[in-house]
Amino acid sequence: MADQKKNIQNSNKGALKRKKTLVAWSFILPNLIGFFVFTFVPIVFSLFLSLCEWSAGNQGVKFVGLENFRYMFTQDRSFRIALKNTLYYTVVTVPLTLFIALGLAMLMNKPIKGKTFFRSVLFFPYVASLVAVAVVWMALFNPERGPVNGMLMSLGVENPPRWAASQVWAMPTIIGLTVWKGMGYYMVVYLAGLQSVPSELYEAAEIDGANGWAKFRNVTWPCLTPTTFFVLMMLVVATFKSYDIMYITTQGGPGEATKVLAYHIFNSAFVSMKFGYASAVAMVLFVIIILLTLFQFRMEKKFTNY
Amino acid sequence: MESKQKTTGYYVTKIVTYAFLIVLAVIMLIPFAWMISSSLKLEKDVFAFPIQWIPTDPQWSNYSEIWQKVPLVTGFLNSTKLTIFVTILQILTSSFAAYAFAKLEFKGRNTVFMLYVMTISIPWQVYMVPQYIMMTRFHLTDSHLGLILMHTFTATGVFLMRQFYMGIPTELLEAARIDGLNEYGIYARIMLPLSKAAIATLCITSFTFEWNDFMGPLIYLSSANKKTLQIMLRMFNTQYSSNYALIMAAATVALIPVLVLFAFLQQYFVEGVATSGIKG
Repeated sequence: MADQKKNIQNSNKGALKRKKTLVAWSFILPNLIGFFVFTFVPIVFSLFLSLCEWSAGNQGVKFVGLENFRYMFTQDRSFRIALKNTLYYTVVTVPLTLFIALGLAMLMNKPIKGKTFFRSVLFFPYVASLVAVAVVWMALFNPERGPVNGMLMSLGVENPPRWAASQVWAMPTIIGLTVWKGMGYYMVVYLAGLQSVPSELYEAAEIDGANGWAKFRNVTWPCLTPTTFFVLMMLVVATFKSYDIMYITTQGGPGEATKVLAYHIFNSAFVSMKFGYASAVAMVLFVIIILLTLFQFRMEKKFTNY
Repeated sequence: MESKQKTTGYYVTKIVTYAFLIVLAVIMLIPFAWMISSSLKLEKDVFAFPIQWIPTDPQWSNYSEIWQKVPLVTGFLNSTKLTIFVTILQILTSSFAAYAFAKLEFKGRNTVFMLYVMTISIPWQVYMVPQYIMMTRFHLTDSHLGLILMHTFTATGVFLMRQFYMGIPTELLEAARIDGLNEYGIYARIMLPLSKAAIATLCITSFTFEWNDFMGPLIYLSSANKKTLQIMLRMFNTQYSSNYALIMAAATVALIPVLVLFAFLQQYFVEGVATSGIKG
């Protein structure tokens, strides 16, 4: 009798558990199905595709092993240029944005009137449409007629740079646009970080007679380490993957002066129609990003000491 | 004597700070000011130097002309449609899934959630090519549905909502369960109303992403009647490359929706960034 009761209870428990699981999956499935089909499967597929030759012209897929990578590293000149340009873009953009954002955040962290206004003004370019903003920048920096060169010439500069139309100045022009557009965002991230610096530390530093710079070096900067690593990681990924800004402003030119890795993927796939090869380049981009992320995690552990 | 010196120093710092901030604000705003000012000029006056910031004879007709040159209305409607669908569907499905990930216990929860987390740092550029091949097979290229499906189910959306739901006390849900509410009821009557801030953040992120997206529509949409506003703006720029006044008018129009949203929800934009920053 007692056994029977226990059995019923157990099966009830099992049914209840099953029902709970069913309910939970009903919450997840609408998103999971879409996520699985349109994001997860393509990611897995890209691993396989990078080992294949697959062009739009000849319909078949041919497994070629590491041939795409061999070609990339030994023969594809564009790849090497793109890699170099990506490094240039990243190495300049990341520290520039980071330090400007930090400086702005420290300024905005002081009691100032109209803080919301200044913060909004600095932040707005980040959410503004890239196409619209880039169109305006290209007009401002128009080499023949743009107001920037107009101003430079009226200041006595005889041969102002030809900005986006020049091999040398195209990348700095794009970097300028990137920094201008993104720094407000990272400033807000830093502002949030600054709120968490305990004010007692500043008071203690003041008692020890620390001046502004000493306070920054010994209190602000160390306390912001986690934020800095977070900003660094976001910036590095953002710069490594970007190519829309180059597409809109210079189309990778002049020559190949602003052709970056992601642009090379786009070109190989949608202009040259070499899908397999494009995926192989994408794999390289992916591996670089993963390695940098892991490296930063290790550094963060090493440098965060509280 | 000493305190007087201190106050002078104090005022000097104050003045320098404000002067710097104002100069900075001006630098940030110059491109926008130049854009609006040029959009109201005759073409021949756009590049006149020194810059005349307020046009003497504003050409409002530029703004009516742009709609006839390129089918901007179609672009506007297409962008609106995509943005609304993606935003609403993303909020619904992400908050739905996030509730289960945060508050329900079931077999496989952690494994499935790991799938999402793993993909968070993989940029779209890495898998855009295989994704394109798949979409071609599904006959979802050159279709708005295809873009909506690709942009709705994001790991970041689920992650953001889950983070927020983790902060809601479980006792609250237990109490509701005892009162006889089922899980769907709890989601609709307790979780959703409590997560307004997170929803606002996700809404803004999703809206600005979809409205400003350029590469997605560029790769996927080929029919003229399906193209979005950003693509039209770019077309306008290449086709009428000599007519800067009109280009600037079109750029202004393309910026207005996000500007309006930003003006009203400014605090949510900032809070959204701040909360996503803290997790790191």
